[in-house]
Amino acid sequence: MAKAKLKEHRIDRDWCKGCGICVAFCPKKVLELDDQDKAVAVRIEDCIACRLCELRCPDLAIEVDTEEKVEEKA
Amino acid sequence: MAVKDYIRERFFPHLWCPGCGHGIVLNGLIRAVEKLGMSRNEMVMVSGIGCSSRISGYMDFHTLHTIHGRALAFATGVKLSKPELNVIVPMGDGDALSIGGNHFIHAARRNIDITAIVMNNRIYGMTGGQYSPLTGPGMMATTAPYSNIDQEFDVVEMARAAGATFVARTTAYHVQQMADIIRAAILHEGFSVVEVMSQCPTYFGRKNKQGSAVDMMKRMKETTTPIGSAAKAKNPELIERGIFVQVDKPEYCSEYNKIIERAMGGR
Ligand SMILES: Cc1ncc(C[n+]2csc(CCOP(=O)(O)OP(=O)(O)O)c2C)c(N)n1
Ligand code: SF4
Ligand SMILES: [Mg+2]
Repeated sequence: MAKAKLKEHRIDRDWCKGCGICVAFCPKKVLELDDQDKAVAVRIEDCIACRLCELRCPDLAIEVDTEEKVEEKA
Repeated sequence: MAVKDYIRERFFPHLWCPGCGHGIVLNGLIRAVEKLGMSRNEMVMVSGIGCSSRISGYMDFHTLHTIHGRALAFATGVKLSKPELNVIVPMGDGDALSIGGNHFIHAARRNIDITAIVMNNRIYGMTGGQYSPLTGPGMMATTAPYSNIDQEFDVVEMARAAGATFVARTTAYHVQQMADIIRAAILHEGFSVVEVMSQCPTYFGRKNKQGSAVDMMKRMKETTTPIGSAAKAKNPELIERGIFVQVDKPEYCSEYNKIIERAMGGR
């Protein structure tokens, strides 16, 4: 099955209130709060596109944009 | 449809406090409706008053923002006149079980096809942190400065006893389970009750020294367990999550239709 691969985290800085829920519960520690207390994806190469940040965001401020990853033949 | 197609973007950022669990319920509800593939025109959301009840302003369904505790009465009217629509009633713990307690048990008893979502933060958030029937003994509230002595209701047991034909509990931490349960509750024909444990970091959290929204969600993870788990057998204090009741019983609008047919004598 084709797996979802990350394109980008779209974070709405006007909607984000800096609660830190996405930062705390990301299984791969991809996100951080910046000096203005807004969520930013700082380690995108570690993202597994599980969407937990998007699903738990109380402010609907995060969208994990993905594309289908074509499985490479061994 | 995308998430943003279900909301009224002009009202965002919403007014809930940073980290308020009610926003996560909004998020989960959108995922549930999205998965069902229902159109906004098939959905009606009716709410009362409270931080939780503000949710109806944010959803781009047919919405009614009514009066405190009486959302289920308004919803009953909507459902009886338009039984083909899906009616969802999000309520606060105070809205549903203090002032609205009587409406709650009788809507359950009638088994009218409505999905009631109790956004339980164990406090009156909107009015400044007064204790509710879900606060529980030993907890602090602005109206219980030396700690609360009132026993709490168990929403699940109460809904079951009153006759609800779908009863479930989940939390703001368990977002995937929340979306799945809300989806099942909307599909269920009859009165469905979904209790979602939600955090109010501003009042319940602060009064009870439970830390940040993140700390409160970690607590939801630690203090709950799936229904009938081995962990529950070992530690009876754990709160169970999942679907407790899912049974078929005559639904109110269908029964009412039969009465209309009988009264018309086949005309
Ligand atoms: C008839 C009436 N009585 C009292 C109030 C004041 N009031 C507004 S919201 C509320 C309780 C809110 O608590 P809850 O339902 O738990 O919602 P939350 O804000 O915690 O989400 C009360 C008592 C009111 N608006 N109307
Ligand atoms: S007062 Fe509590 S319930 Fe109301 S918005 Fe703030 S955190 Fe949420
Ligand atoms: Mg409340």
